[in-house]
Amino acid sequence: MLAYIIRRIGYGLFVVLGVLLLLFALFFLVTAPDDIARKAVGEKAMPHVIEQWKKNHGYDRPLWPGDGHYADNLLVDHFRRMLTFDFGRSDADDTPILTRIRQGAGPSLSLTVPLFLIGITLQIVLALFVAFFRETYIDKMGVFLCVLGMSISALLYIIGGQFLIGKLLRWFPISGFDASPSVIARFLALPVLVGVLNALGGGVRFYRTVFVEEIHRDYVRTARAKGASDARIMGRHILRNAMIPILTNVVMEIPFLFTGALLTEAFFGIPGLGALTVDAIMGNDFSTLRTMVYIGALLFIFGQIVTDISYSVADPRVRLE
Amino acid sequence: MAAHHVSNLIVGALLVLLLYVSYWVRHQRLWREALLQLWGRRSISLLVLSLYTLVALSDSVAWIGGTTSTGDAVFAHDARSLLDRAFDGTSEKSYSAPLASQEFYGGATLAHPKSHVLGTDIIGRDVLYLTLKGCRVALLIGGFTSLIAIPLALLFGISAGFFGKWVDDIVFFVISTLASIPGILFLIALIMALGKGTLSVCVALGVTSWVGFCRISRGETLKLRELDYVHAARMLGVSNGRIILRHILPNLMHLVIITFVLTFSGLVLTEAVLSWLGIGAEGSWGQMIAQAKDELSRDPAVLWNLAGAGLAQFGLILAVNFVGDAARDVLDPRTLKENQ
Repeated sequence: MLAYIIRRIGYGLFVVLGVLLLLFALFFLVTAPDDIARKAVGEKAMPHVIEQWKKNHGYDRPLWPGDGHYADNLLVDHFRRMLTFDFGRSDADDTPILTRIRQGAGPSLSLTVPLFLIGITLQIVLALFVAFFRETYIDKMGVFLCVLGMSISALLYIIGGQFLIGKLLRWFPISGFDASPSVIARFLALPVLVGVLNALGGGVRFYRTVFVEEIHRDYVRTARAKGASDARIMGRHILRNAMIPILTNVVMEIPFLFTGALLTEAFFGIPGLGALTVDAIMGNDFSTLRTMVYIGALLFIFGQIVTDISYSVADPRVRLE
Repeated sequence: MAAHHVSNLIVGALLVLLLYVSYWVRHQRLWREALLQLWGRRSISLLVLSLYTLVALSDSVAWIGGTTSTGDAVFAHDARSLLDRAFDGTSEKSYSAPLASQEFYGGATLAHPKSHVLGTDIIGRDVLYLTLKGCRVALLIGGFTSLIAIPLALLFGISAGFFGKWVDDIVFFVISTLASIPGILFLIALIMALGKGTLSVCVALGVTSWVGFCRISRGETLKLRELDYVHAARMLGVSNGRIILRHILPNLMHLVIITFVLTFSGLVLTEAVLSWLGIGAEGSWGQMIAQAKDELSRDPAVLWNLAGAGLAQFGLILAVNFVGDAARDVLDPRTLKENQ
């Protein structure tokens, strides 16, 4: 068990290095520092302006290790800084990136955590309901509605929600954010509602497939033969045995809790990490973008390690492999 | 060679390919039956898809020449597609509501009253025309991306599964590295690095979407490799390349089709998000929806731009999703058994 955990973490570290190498290729080789500088100061800027910008933002060093600069080059610097969480300053407005991330994490979490908890509970409950009535009209209707819901773009959910509920019905403010606990709920209600609806179709259909697959297994027949009620079979036997796919899906979502919901935050004016990323895209802020991608990947890798280890806790069968 | 010649050639190549495939399917009992079964289950969705394809093709066949109704000399020298010609000279000066006879703001008389089924946009272009033009972009994104992603996934997936050992280790490492970057962030990073434009959107979507299928084909190859007929072929001295081509690849084809259809809708939906971020494909429905966001806050609100693009996108994706589900039921023996 311990050997497995150590091996798993070691592999995770390798993948982190792989991600860093990929980011270096994307943000230093494909988009050369000259391109980044030109995007910041203008395509037709004078060469000395570009050189000055590169100098100010630390892009003026050689790309690779070479004579006399084995430690002082962009490749080594990129790895060193990312691994020590020294993300430097934004290319666009020179604010320290780490401060921006600290400021954005709170608003992001206040949106994504309720969104995630309400969403997954609703998805699992509805999926259990639909799976319970499998191969009846309720099931067919449910799956049909799921596919309908999945076919609508996230943009439409957000725009439609803002227009219908915010503008026409005036139930909640269209956008805005306030950290004080008394008003925060009013601002978050609409984005959470829209986000839950957006993910509902795909989620319910996924969990329904998982549950229906479990229903066909032998232990369900045994339980039924022993006289267990349908509710008990669904809630105890099937739900428990379906924990692995549920767990996988939950962990896949965790990095997005921190990186925030790009669209939702930008549309609803929530100053979180998603909005930070959107700002970075709009403003050609490559250093912030690089950092956000790295943090997203880091959380994801961490999540995967945690899932793999918790698999072996949740399902003893996995431990044998 | 001008861009419109390339596009015409591609249309021609697609038609030839279609003829060849339909000829081939007629002589393959397995595929013919699968196709008939699919048609039996999802005829409406398939018809809808053919309609979208026809519109997309009609926007891909273009030539120079012919007169424009306005007599505009500039347009006469541009390559215009069949669709452009059909909607020639339908533009107004500003917003018009669907089937209105006056401009939406101000009430000036329109040049073509009661002819705009979906109204016109801010510079007076017919929304129905723009919506139909979006078909080509959507199919291009889905099709071209798959053209990048599927061969890549098959190449790496099969070699990892078939050869195992260090090949598998490397491929698995690459897959886990690529898969560990959250999808949308990776896409954004790729497009920012490659530069904006339809081509880099397709390349970026291709790079991010091949990973899932690579994993599937690797797993399936691992299973197929141990089957008796593969062992028999190996004992008879058949080379690895031939085994892969004759015994492995054909047995992955159903997965290719299922994955292609099921990824397609995701690609079009993702593109809409990218469009809103300002890094999507030119002329896509996502772009129209993103623009429509501001139109809703006008007073009175302009709804038809959103409605046109939104409904067109919804229709395509719904049809693709239905066909995808049915294709999985028909082609995948595992689900087939469960259904019976």
